[in-house]
Amino acid sequence: MSLLIQADPLSRMLQDSQNEVAISVANLSKRYFVGHESVRRDGHNTLRDTIVRHAKNFGRKASDMVRGRQIIQGDEVEEFWALKDVSFEVKRGDVVGIIGRNGAGKSTLLKILSRITEPTQGRIMINGRVASLLEVGTGFHPELTGRENIFLNGAILGMTKTEIRKKFSSIVEFAEIDKFLDTPVKRYSSGMYVRLAFAVAAHLDPEILIVDEVLAVGDTEFQRKCLGKMRTVASEGRTVLFVSHNLQAIERLCTRGILMQGGALLYDGPVSQACQHYMSSMTTWNSNSRLELHPRQGDAHARITKFEVLNVEGRPLSRIAAGEDILIRIHYFAQKTIRTPWFGFALITTAGVRILNTVSNDAGTEIESIEGQGIIDLHIRGLTLAIGHYLCNLAISNSRGTYHDYLTEVPLLDIIESSNLPRSRTYDQSSGIVFADCQWNVIRH
Amino acid sequence: MQIILESGRTEKNYWRDLWRYRELFQVLAWRDVSVRYKQTVIGAVWAILRPFLTMVIFTFIFARLAKLPSEGSAPYALMVLAGMLPWTFFSSAFSDASNSLVGNASLIDKVYFPRLIIPTANVVVALVDLLIGFGILVAIMIWYRFSPSLQILLLPIFVLLAFLASLGPGLWVTVLNVKYRDFRYVIPFILQLGIYVSPVGFSSRIVPENWRLLYSLNPMVCIIDGFRWCILGGQTQIYWPGLGLGLAVIAFFLWLGIRQFRKMEKTLADLI
Repeated sequence: MSLLIQADPLSRMLQDSQNEVAISVANLSKRYFVGHESVRRDGHNTLRDTIVRHAKNFGRKASDMVRGRQIIQGDEVEEFWALKDVSFEVKRGDVVGIIGRNGAGKSTLLKILSRITEPTQGRIMINGRVASLLEVGTGFHPELTGRENIFLNGAILGMTKTEIRKKFSSIVEFAEIDKFLDTPVKRYSSGMYVRLAFAVAAHLDPEILIVDEVLAVGDTEFQRKCLGKMRTVASEGRTVLFVSHNLQAIERLCTRGILMQGGALLYDGPVSQACQHYMSSMTTWNSNSRLELHPRQGDAHARITKFEVLNVEGRPLSRIAAGEDILIRIHYFAQKTIRTPWFGFALITTAGVRILNTVSNDAGTEIESIEGQGIIDLHIRGLTLAIGHYLCNLAISNSRGTYHDYLTEVPLLDIIESSNLPRSRTYDQSSGIVFADCQWNVIRH
Repeated sequence: MQIILESGRTEKNYWRDLWRYRELFQVLAWRDVSVRYKQTVIGAVWAILRPFLTMVIFTFIFARLAKLPSEGSAPYALMVLAGMLPWTFFSSAFSDASNSLVGNASLIDKVYFPRLIIPTANVVVALVDLLIGFGILVAIMIWYRFSPSLQILLLPIFVLLAFLASLGPGLWVTVLNVKYRDFRYVIPFILQLGIYVSPVGFSSRIVPENWRLLYSLNPMVCIIDGFRWCILGGQTQIYWPGLGLGLAVIAFFLWLGIRQFRKMEKTLADLI
């Protein structure tokens, strides 16, 4: 046998190089159509405008329906390229992390690779059995028991019944739910649910594994276990594509990083480089000029039009020395009178960790009502942050918690070294995110 | 195994893929059946009660009040039940299949598999209901001391026909349902009309001879007639031109359903 293999090295080499590429993506683009209501600048509509708009709308929808096209809500249709001319190649055994902001096109890319949706342009070649995990517990049915859901979910993820039966006990063990195996999963705690779901997924045995942000759920202990499992999968020489906001996880798991922005590939290379590029792209992305383009949720009765970061002297800055007070000035526009609005602000790290959360109402500021343009200030005192980039979430909601406007992961500021603080208090984020006045006293030695 | 993904690329091995995913079909069908009979205690009772009560009411209205004739000497109630079973099967299979894609939106959005599996697996639930319905049929037959003839062995053919007849329009409507959600309100209305347009409460023989072929455009006519022919034995005759036309209509809708479904399949995840 060995003689035979040695005698024909050329054909083996050919076969190897043929098998080497696991995924090849060429000029991939994906277009969506989005519709929205046109709103007049002054926020007032006349009845005539409304009637004309609805008539136009109805005409367009009717013609779309007759022609068998997608019906789009709203009266303005806009093309939106979620992916634009993306090309890359993944070799067999590569563990690739895909990073980028919300709306950068990561999820669309994974959806196309998982064959859930079709590309608009371009071509993809995949060599090998693919399993994709875009969500934990896809297809779980609350009425069915844990045991039944293992078979259901396994089949949905592409396992055969014999395969599931073979791995059944190890799935149950991994999920630590053996006592509740015959309980309907609707009675499970959310932790148990996630554990069971991930356990099934972890026993998939594909050549190519595609994973979207699934580690964001579950407790830390379990997350660690999942990461460990993923590392084993990766070390077995399988090809892994992994999307996450958790840069630490990406850096630990992956060897190569792909950074995406606005549907295009911005950087492709060693993972540490990709992460660094990602961090710095956060700040060059000047938030205010692009706030209009930032993906947002809410009913748009009121909108955050602009925000500024000011230092103690009231000067606008995007860099603030560690330990200094931070003043955030939020400009808004309310289309109509909104009673008892709440303003919300959350400070988060680039890795997605929420450091601080404050709502105007909780902080004791009752606002009776807002209408038209206005400005509200948020003062943050006594917070010493580690050096690095920070993002924020901004929201305006009503008192029942319904969002009028909700912006997530908006680049906020850079914390830089301070001359007023001792060197020991100005570490970067890897050694901790916040610093406090800590004192060590030796009691006995 | 190599896969190539491109826009508008029709998959060459779609049907082979469908075969490869047969286990998922089994599992989804089993899920739909077990969920249906699990929580609702009346799940099984419902499957018995619905055709039974309709049978009682139809017999009262059509035989007692309207004084319509039965098929040959067969008891009227038995004739109604023989029509009721395929109709109940068709209507629940059709409406389940129509809502199946929207009901499984979370799957479609997250996992790939041939989407044809979802509506088809859903029809299996109606098949189980039909089996339960046969239980009542046997009970009623014993009650009337009515013994079936050998033709009853051909019944599976008509069950299959009913399956195909519901699948065709079901596939078509289920993709339309994803695009235009209003369709879900149209279906109950169509089915409500259908029960009177189809010969459920009466024999198709009371339709005047020169209208009969036109009447057979309704595919349920040949299926119900077929059921009656199998169950009631020698009491009825098969109307061959009608059966042929019915088959053609079923085949047409099946073709249309599969074609529309396959056309829309790839964009489903973007719409749902």
